Amino acid sequence: MSDLTKLTLAGARDALKKKEFTSVELTKAYLDAVEGAKALNAYVTVTADKALDMAKASDAKLAKGEGGTLEGLPLGIKDLFATKDVLTTACSHILDGFKPPYESKVTSNLWRDGAVMLGKLNNDEFAMGSSNETSFYGPVVNPWRRKGDTTKIVPGGSSGGSSAAVAARLCLAATATDTGGSIRQPAAFTGTVGIKPTYGRCSRWGIVAFASSLDQAGPIARDVRDAAIMLRSMAGYDENDSTSVDRPVPDYEAALGKGVKGLRVGIPKEYRVDGMPAEIDALWTRGIEWLKAAGAEIVDVSLPHTKYALPTYYIVAPAECSSNLARYDGVRYGLRVEGKDITDMYEKTRAAGFGTEVRRRVLIGTYVLSAGYYDAYYLKAQQVRTLIARDFTEAYRSCDVLLTPTAPSAAFGIGEKTADPLSMYLNDVFTVTVNLAGLPGISVPAGLSSEGLPLGLQLIGKTFDEETLLRTAYALEEAAQFNAEPAAWWRA
Amino acid sequence: MSVDQNTVRHIARLARIAVREDELPALAGELNTILDWVEQLGEVDTKDIEPMTSAVAMSMKMRDDVVTTGNLQKEVTANAPGAEDGFYVVPKVVE
Repeated sequence: MSDLTKLTLAGARDALKKKEFTSVELTKAYLDAVEGAKALNAYVTVTADKALDMAKASDAKLAKGEGGTLEGLPLGIKDLFATKDVLTTACSHILDGFKPPYESKVTSNLWRDGAVMLGKLNNDEFAMGSSNETSFYGPVVNPWRRKGDTTKIVPGGSSGGSSAAVAARLCLAATATDTGGSIRQPAAFTGTVGIKPTYGRCSRWGIVAFASSLDQAGPIARDVRDAAIMLRSMAGYDENDSTSVDRPVPDYEAALGKGVKGLRVGIPKEYRVDGMPAEIDALWTRGIEWLKAAGAEIVDVSLPHTKYALPTYYIVAPAECSSNLARYDGVRYGLRVEGKDITDMYEKTRAAGFGTEVRRRVLIGTYVLSAGYYDAYYLKAQQVRTLIARDFTEAYRSCDVLLTPTAPSAAFGIGEKTADPLSMYLNDVFTVTVNLAGLPGISVPAGLSSEGLPLGLQLIGKTFDEETLLRTAYALEEAAQFNAEPAAWWRA
Repeated sequence: MSVDQNTVRHIARLARIAVREDELPALAGELNTILDWVEQLGEVDTKDIEPMTSAVAMSMKMRDDVVTTGNLQKEVTANAPGAEDGFYVVPKVVE
């Protein structure tokens, strides 16, 4: 049998239906690949026994011609998702040993549809980071390397385990979350597809909370079709999340292949930022040409408040994180460091349990919410956020979807940006606006940098118009014909 | 606005994170770099602009006011570093 891990999610799905191989065979092929890829540090927990049990159950259904849309397909789950009785730490020391007595809604949906869980994927601690270097379990290594160079490269973040695992074929697809770019930027850094749907499309119930008004789940996958299949299963209303939206989930896969003839694609001039590398600019121009050649109409648009998006984000996100992370107190779960009284216990537990980036954000959040500063920072930021969202509403009067680069550069080396938090934050310059406005966005691999690393283009859609977004992404993917693969240097 | 070491000590106390005295200067520096950078929002005219309260315009769904879950004492305390008879155990808080 040829290497089963080479198939896409759609390819494996169709082959399982035709009984070309079994889910147990497919799952074993992935467990072997995971075992041989420890050098990437993509998985923090492997659930081999559970995976094989789930695969056997799927095979029984498939044999009878039954089964859901993801029946028998092995997936990786970001460690931010609560998985019943399976270690869930958000890659933080403070959640040591936490085994949730419940399952997140998004993963419940995947198991409902027959998917198989391979294990939990590494991420930046509490999803705070853009390079997967803040994880308590150490950095994830990007399967991609620069040409003729063995320097270890970051896989992006915070969903770096998800992006690396999909790129290295350690799962068919992965769940991820995106608060400021944490699905799209790692997808761009690894030559994979990542979609952050509209805020409210997926339930946040059972996802370890970072910034509740920005957090949203989505998949990272091999291609646009696989992302569409995953999203359909992950999305949907949940009475346990009051911000999840009760509207039907379309068959996203059916939207693909309808072409982009007559579609108006907006190009926001403010995204041509100072100091943007020429190759990113050139990639963007190529993307414009591709969509034009496919029949789309290109429209220049303006999003005048773009430059204020990152500073807005770095008030709103830390403020919400400082509130959300107040629950880690050494009482209810995870780590406890004893102290001379209860306050001392709280302070010692939180000092030992949080890493430096998480501590930095909790302190900033505490400061901007503290007495006397709320109006100057948080209220002001939420007002600017209204203006940023309004920019998009204005732009969508003259276009249906927007095209931008996903990130301002290709992936960088491990350790190259950790000394300067601000330079790390700037990675999210093109993605963070989308979270602030609650819109859907997708990153599609579109080429290689001069150093041989993947580069992505981002499409941004209208609220709950994931179908147009995916249809356009599919056209972009067809034009880009990105089929480069990383050399499998990590195989043990 | 800039934060000094006393302010950092105060916010660390509010956040219930123990910070060593020798960490204060570096932390104050880092926080000031970030706070100076977000100061640029001051350029934006936000007079009469409503602060965003929901990323997507929607109205909350109502449900019947009934108990839908409960009796989960065992599950809720299962992960506690200290638990006894279905209660959390913490250092003594009342003398």
